[in-house]
Amino acid sequence: MRRMVWLFLLILLPVLTARSENRFPQPQFESGYTMPGATAPAPRAASYEMLDVVILTAALSLGTWLILRKRSRRGVFLLTLFSLLYFGFWRKGCVCSIGSIQNVAAWLSGSGAALPLGVAVFFILPLIFALLFGRIFCAAVCPLGAIQEMMILFPIRIPRPVSRALGLIPVVYLGLAILLAATGSAFIICRYDPFVPVFRLSGEPVMLLAGVVLLLAGIVVARPFCRFLCPYGVLLNWMSRLSKWHATITPDECVGCRLCERACPFDAIRLPMTSTPAESRETGVRRIKRLLLLMLLLGVVGVWVGARADGMLAPLNARVRLDQVLRSHDPVLEKLYATELDAFRGGTITPESLTVEADAVRRKFRVGGAWLGGILGVLFGASLLGASIRRSREDYEPDRGECLSCARCYQSCPREHERLKQ
Amino acid sequence: MSGKQTIGTVQGRREFLRGLLRGLLLTGLAGLGARVALNRRCGSADKPGQAELCKGCPDLSACPSPVLAADRKVWQLDPAKCIQCGRCATNCVLQASAVKCVHRLEMCGYCRLCFGFFQPGVATLNSAAENQVCPTGAIRRKFIEDPYYEYTIDEALCIGCGKCVKGCGAFGNGSLVLQVRHDRCVNCNECSIARNCPADAFRQVPATDPYLFRTKKGKAAT
Repeated sequence: MRRMVWLFLLILLPVLTARSENRFPQPQFESGYTMPGATAPAPRAASYEMLDVVILTAALSLGTWLILRKRSRRGVFLLTLFSLLYFGFWRKGCVCSIGSIQNVAAWLSGSGAALPLGVAVFFILPLIFALLFGRIFCAAVCPLGAIQEMMILFPIRIPRPVSRALGLIPVVYLGLAILLAATGSAFIICRYDPFVPVFRLSGEPVMLLAGVVLLLAGIVVARPFCRFLCPYGVLLNWMSRLSKWHATITPDECVGCRLCERACPFDAIRLPMTSTPAESRETGVRRIKRLLLLMLLLGVVGVWVGARADGMLAPLNARVRLDQVLRSHDPVLEKLYATELDAFRGGTITPESLTVEADAVRRKFRVGGAWLGGILGVLFGASLLGASIRRSREDYEPDRGECLSCARCYQSCPREHERLKQ
Repeated sequence: MSGKQTIGTVQGRREFLRGLLRGLLLTGLAGLGARVALNRRCGSADKPGQAELCKGCPDLSACPSPVLAADRKVWQLDPAKCIQCGRCATNCVLQASAVKCVHRLEMCGYCRLCFGFFQPGVATLNSAAENQVCPTGAIRRKFIEDPYYEYTIDEALCIGCGKCVKGCGAFGNGSLVLQVRHDRCVNCNECSIARNCPADAFRQVPATDPYLFRTKKGKAAT
């Protein structure tokens, strides 16, 4: 019986609300009661955001000086420690350059997403530094790199083909992150960030576990996230290849003593290669031609696959998922999304306009997916091509893309010791 | 090593191309930065027509307009869309959610029988724990004068579950609302509650105007 009364009240509800906004009038107090107002605490002041930008700029500049001029591993380590404490544990890993990729992508997509200047600076500045000086950001400023840096105890070598293949994962990750951010679907870099839960000591247990596992793996595989997952590292890698003043192992000239050969925990030191190749010029040219053709073919396959991936990717968008559930009439799905469906039915949007909205998102996924697939295909081909081209080298040199400019190799160079003596 | 003597050789050409590409990328990045910086000042999405207003302004850096600060966005939930599903209490990255119940006393009817406070069908109107809607007892009920009672939220106890908001919205004036409290919110890049909100009630609002309280007219205002 009581339930019936409730039901009746619920049915009456829209009628009641339509009549007046306040069902119960504001009382007229006679006892001299004064009403306390609701408090509205202000968000973190904008000046703090600017402080982050200033500290980022200072840390990058200091890092550049320490790595390129002072050549001090000790200094780099102390700066890394500072970054870990400030950007990591104090600022809880937010705002970070890696995640800023998504803000930039969402802003460029023109959907009206805001791009605060502070976030834009976090995206742009490390890239500019990489174009000029190499991956200074990775070396000493990134808190995610810093926490892994502390774990490098017994680094092992990873065979070059394996690390090359694993190096393609971040490229795919970067592509997916941009596509999902630009379609307004999800910020996967933030959601699956393994170290932010460690900085905050809270968050989803799975991600906390992933962070701990990666840190433990980092004892033997140096900086596994940076090398085989980080999407921002891909951009920095590309920029660093073009860097104007990159760190060199030796302060002046390489004497080819081999002492630095094993100094790098990231396998980023390239050995001299002076012997002439065994194959003839003709076979070499033919091989390159074939690989170029393969690159093109991979690109076409990529476009074909990417344009068809919307069925898999689009449901990551909440609107598309809701539309799918609504149209499926599947009782299991409907039960799973009962709260979402209740909210939708209580709202003002019709199922038809939801479908229109969802179809627009699906179209974006098809176009974006085709682009993404094509670019990834070409990049895979380029990676194969890169693996088969040999550049003659007389000295021990850091691989400009993969070198994190950590300055570990300096102290193994005898020329460096000469320099320090002077 | 011999960078100066490579002009005209393969290395020289390679170096030239690298330099060209580097220059292009630097210009691109600087251009992106400049666009964001200018966009921030004029014609941002919130202020249509701002670009028109600023046209011909001799010195944009001296702009006294609050657009600069308004560009910063923070997360907030719109009480008009909220369905009080309870996910705010569990989905925040903070251990105790940044979302709390806020009582807009100027909208409150000071009811003796408050459905935000009492379980439906209570026998006696006293604040015994079993009578209360709030699972943590975060609402304080204080007698003011006959027949009015004041209800206030103890934010330290509130977990943002929205049970009281539901009761008040269904049978009262709707003076209890859930809001992201900005003294607690860490303003994640993608709000983890927003991601799981079934009613799409979360959005980014200007940091200068960070609360969406409902007024008597049923519209969101501060």
